[in-house]
Amino acid sequence: MSTAGPDPHRSFEARRQPALGGFNLTFLSIEVRRLLRNRRTFVLTLVVPVVLFLLLRTNKRIAIPGLEITAATTMIGIAVYGAMLASTSGGAMVSIERALGWSRQLRLTPLRPVAYVAIKILVAMILGLTSVVVVYTAGAISGVDMTPATWVLTGLLAWMASFVFAAFGLFIGYLLPSENVMQVIGPVLGIFSLFSGLFVPLSLLPSVMQDIAPYMPTYGVAAIARFPLVGGAFDLAWLLSVIVWTAAFIIAATLLFRRDTRRT
Amino acid sequence: MILGLGLPDEGSVTVLGMAPAAAISRGLVSAVMQTGGLLKDLTVRETIRLTASVFANARPVDEVLERAGISGIGDRLVGACSGGEQQRLRFALALLADPALMVLDEPTAGMDVEGRRDFWTAIRRDAEQGRTVLFATHYLEEADAYADRIILLRQGRIVADGTAAEVRNLSSGRSVQATLPGADEAALSALPGVRSVEIRGDRVLIQTLDSDAVARYLLTSTAAHDVEVVAHNLEEAFLALTGDSPLSAEPGVEDAKAT
Repeated sequence: MSTAGPDPHRSFEARRQPALGGFNLTFLSIEVRRLLRNRRTFVLTLVVPVVLFLLLRTNKRIAIPGLEITAATTMIGIAVYGAMLASTSGGAMVSIERALGWSRQLRLTPLRPVAYVAIKILVAMILGLTSVVVVYTAGAISGVDMTPATWVLTGLLAWMASFVFAAFGLFIGYLLPSENVMQVIGPVLGIFSLFSGLFVPLSLLPSVMQDIAPYMPTYGVAAIARFPLVGGAFDLAWLLSVIVWTAAFIIAATLLFRRDTRRT
Repeated sequence: MILGLGLPDEGSVTVLGMAPAAAISRGLVSAVMQTGGLLKDLTVRETIRLTASVFANARPVDEVLERAGISGIGDRLVGACSGGEQQRLRFALALLADPALMVLDEPTAGMDVEGRRDFWTAIRRDAEQGRTVLFATHYLEEADAYADRIILLRQGRIVADGTAAEVRNLSSGRSVQATLPGADEAALSALPGVRSVEIRGDRVLIQTLDSDAVARYLLTSTAAHDVEVVAHNLEEAFLALTGDSPLSAEPGVEDAKAT
């Protein structure tokens, strides 16, 4: 056996620990494959946004004072929604893994908890990107017309929503020890989206909802993602919304994560 | 605590000369948990590849599949595997790091007879190569059959520590029976280690810690015949040693001490 020798402790010490706390691409790729194999995740993150887009798109500009809805704005809104749904469910996977005892199993390996969370966030963001790409492909096929720069910029900004909501998903995942965490997340995200004008323009909603809208976590990301298309004045409140919500989710997730991995 | 999942109330724990977390991150200690700890939507092979990827030096995937006896089901989803197959998968995962110490927590709970035997065959084969395997079990016949060294715990304190035969002896030794008309009860009681002598007609029943001495005496110094030596089994020893509070007692069993 390799541990035999005059001083076994020294050869034990000589054993290497993994680089990057165990973070690696094999782990990442198996995780992504696993998520895409999950039929519910597939439908939720890739099929639902496309169907929603095809239902909600309008090819003619609707003449409402101060507002233009085009297929493009709808597409961006749905892409944000898709990215959000995908990354939240990606982050919330930790809930299932905790319930199954997988997180505990991983603690018996060299994988550092921080590396595990980094993998979860990346997987969530890859899933979010996939969702944006699929919605944009559906948009391109159905004749959405934007300049190449606007396609790329709005797409990247919509993808930004993934990061915010990967943190949200982790927060929920560490909060709820349930295998059915998506049943909680689905309606919550639906409300966020409705209230921040992702599906239907805010100006068409009752004024109570318009008043609430700026406080929704989706409000800032949605407005920023549409900005390259819509133009006009950039409202710093959007940026503030993104920063505050992201910070809040990260802090909440970190606190719960610490509670979860504390060695008692 | 050995695995670093819990912290001691006082004092400190070192495993193989280092803190548990350091031993884990070097892959020196691994464990097979009783239940859970597997993702149902991965295949057996994917689970092993995934786990292997976080170790600095993991054994090849095919090798651990082979050694755990699950080469044939590599492409099966974990959720479709039987309890015994899942347990051998956990064993395969524990083998990946080529650990110096492997901890098994009631590894065969809920397995059928055949699954249990296959599992222990794989463990035994592995331990022969010098790995220390530590296991806790409620199946005392398992400890009897597979452990080189047994430690019985009662309420967190060690009440017995030795080989299966030694532990069996510790409690009440063996009983010796023989046919001996007109037995001299006083002479038998005076033999070393004898606890009780009972005479039933021509039969004598002797409870003793030293059955060899009693048998030798009976065969060489008396006319006794039909001598029988019956060992108490480990279960009786366990009950005798932990009898005060059987509910809180749990045997800890250590097997295959590394050389």
